[in-house]
Amino acid sequence: MIALQAIDIVSNPVNKYVYLSIILFSIGVMGVLIRRNAIIILMCIELMLNAANLLLVAFSAYNGQAEGQMIVFFVIVVAAAEVAVGLALLISIYRNISSTDINLLNRLKG
Amino acid sequence: MDGGVLHICLLLGLPLLGFLISGIFGKKIPGIGAGVLSSLMVLGSFCVALVFFIHGYHHEAVKINLGHWFHVDDLVVNFSFTIDHLSNIMLLIITGVGFLIHLYSIGYMKGDDSFHRFFAYLNLFIFFIIFLVTGSNFILMFIGWEGVGLCSYLLIGFWHKNAAYNKAAKKAFVMNRIGDVGLVLAIFYICRLFNTVEFDAVNIMAQAGAVSIDQITIITLLLFLAATGKSAQLPLLTWLPDAMAGPTPVSALIHAATMVTAGIYMVIRNFGMFLMAPVTMDTILWIGVATCLLGAIIGVKQNDIKKVLAYSTVSQLGLLFVALGAHAPVSSFFHLTTHAFFKALLFLGAGSVIHAMSGEQDIRKMGGLRKHIPVTYTVFLIGTLAISGIPPFSGFFSKDEILEHVFAHNPLAYGLVQFASLLTVFYMFRLFYLTFHTTYRGTEEAKHHLHESPKIITIPLIILALFSTLAGGIGLPHYLGVNHWLHHFLGEHIFMPEAKEMAEGTVFMLVGIAVGGAVLVWLLAWFLYTKKNVLPEQNESEMNFFSKLVYRKFYLDEIYDFFFKAPINFFSKAFYFIDTRIIDKIVNFTGITALSSGDAIRKIQSGNIGLYLFIMTISVIGLILLQFLLKG
Repeated sequence: MIALQAIDIVSNPVNKYVYLSIILFSIGVMGVLIRRNAIIILMCIELMLNAANLLLVAFSAYNGQAEGQMIVFFVIVVAAAEVAVGLALLISIYRNISSTDINLLNRLKG
Repeated sequence: MDGGVLHICLLLGLPLLGFLISGIFGKKIPGIGAGVLSSLMVLGSFCVALVFFIHGYHHEAVKINLGHWFHVDDLVVNFSFTIDHLSNIMLLIITGVGFLIHLYSIGYMKGDDSFHRFFAYLNLFIFFIIFLVTGSNFILMFIGWEGVGLCSYLLIGFWHKNAAYNKAAKKAFVMNRIGDVGLVLAIFYICRLFNTVEFDAVNIMAQAGAVSIDQITIITLLLFLAATGKSAQLPLLTWLPDAMAGPTPVSALIHAATMVTAGIYMVIRNFGMFLMAPVTMDTILWIGVATCLLGAIIGVKQNDIKKVLAYSTVSQLGLLFVALGAHAPVSSFFHLTTHAFFKALLFLGAGSVIHAMSGEQDIRKMGGLRKHIPVTYTVFLIGTLAISGIPPFSGFFSKDEILEHVFAHNPLAYGLVQFASLLTVFYMFRLFYLTFHTTYRGTEEAKHHLHESPKIITIPLIILALFSTLAGGIGLPHYLGVNHWLHHFLGEHIFMPEAKEMAEGTVFMLVGIAVGGAVLVWLLAWFLYTKKNVLPEQNESEMNFFSKLVYRKFYLDEIYDFFFKAPINFFSKAFYFIDTRIIDKIVNFTGITALSSGDAIRKIQSGNIGLYLFIMTISVIGLILLQFLLKG
């Protein structure tokens, strides 16, 4: 709350990117929390990652420094790997239970 | 001597071989085969000992090295054996008496289920005792020392189905261990001080004053502690009477003739050291006097034929230590020899009586056995005369020599020992008359079975009786105008103190007191037990205070129970309580805590991924907020 009050929308053009990024991230979080389909949850995770990427690029351009953009490439690589593994797992799960509903995956109950 | 190696191998190997054969294949040998085989093995060892004796008669001591065992720094320990005149006579006694007892056992143990096991143990015992007396250093002697203790334990508990016998065996074992602690400590100290464990080197160095008197006193006291255990002296004497639980030949061989004299042998072997420590010598003298008296007094009131002999053994061993304490090792050894003969004879004779009485040991139920078992009667009489010191039987010469030396050394000790030996005469003739004279008091059934023992039992008895009569010949006193053979024979082989000259008149006076007293006491016993027919009390309630005190052995066992057994039991129970109720509880509590807390926490693990994600998100948000809050 303290942070949000400090941000002035009009005076600084980078603020728009910040707001967009917050909105995207929040949508991602809500998706992860609310949806039960594992594929959609994966997509929402991607959304959160990209919200972070957007913020990085925006601040990088704003400060005229290249490090932020460089990190974005790493994030994209990691995200790609994560999706590959995640989708492979999903296929395997689907073969077993013919569904991608995460609420059905409760065999590890203690 | 080149053949020495072969001889020593035969000497030790034959009994060991007998043990292995009887022990492993015993069950397959039919009839009395195992007994015959074991006896032959001991006879073989006896022959080797004889060869040594004849060969080494005029020679110096022989040391035979069978090889290197181990070394630590400078300390070298070899498998070396000493055959000198001292160990040679011990060997002759052990194998000679041992052979006769083996023969006797063939008859005595015939028909026992574990016949072969008995002879296996006997042979093992012979092996270890030979090891003990021939070993030329403390370490080898220690092996033999422990080995004979083991055999003693095995043979006392030979009839292991009887719980009381097992208890007696355990008692003997544990009490001997107490003494053995002394031996082990002494050996450690000797290693440290002398850097060698060879008997001759240690004693020569001690005589030369290589170490201080205090150090020698400590060593010799520790060695004497070991001797009190093995030779049943105060305070470690109570195991020997209980050891009579074993078969009678065992009592004769181990607990009268050989093993219990190991303590005396060890002291004589190291007399060079003991002479340097007057404190130890006095301790030996007075412990010996006390044991001698105590054993003799208790013997007067015992009613078990073997118990009387057991206390007699305790008393006689005390007398041997008195002689050592009075600086008379040769006299002690002389009496050791004659005692080995007549006490073995008495025990075997008692065995023959028990055999005839179908297992009855209580002299209150005997009486009048003279007519039924004449051979046993005769040899028992000879044994009794010998132990009582009636001339010309062997006990007279040896006991008298000790008394003379003690008189010269300390008149008070002499008085006590002389009194004890008169008591010996009394209880031995009491035993003798109650068993063989007056009228029969036992059951009709036992009377029906009364019979003289077979030849295999009586012949060893007759031979032992012969030796008990004649063994005095090896140490005839000077006043008979002959040389003391044993004194000259052993002279150069043991460390001898300077002899004190005694006036001939004094000697005759002492002999007169001893013999006159013995005869008077004999007459007293004869009068009481044949003329007046005094019988021992049938049960404890008839006894007066003193009789009861003596009958219950001065409550020695009870005192030990109170002072040692009870506290140990108490602490054991206390520690058991702490262990089970406190330590175990703590250990179990940690385990139970882990289990129950796991049980409680595992419910969080619901398996619902949505919930996990929710908790994760909330936690991350929470952490971020927390960070903001903390930064203020």
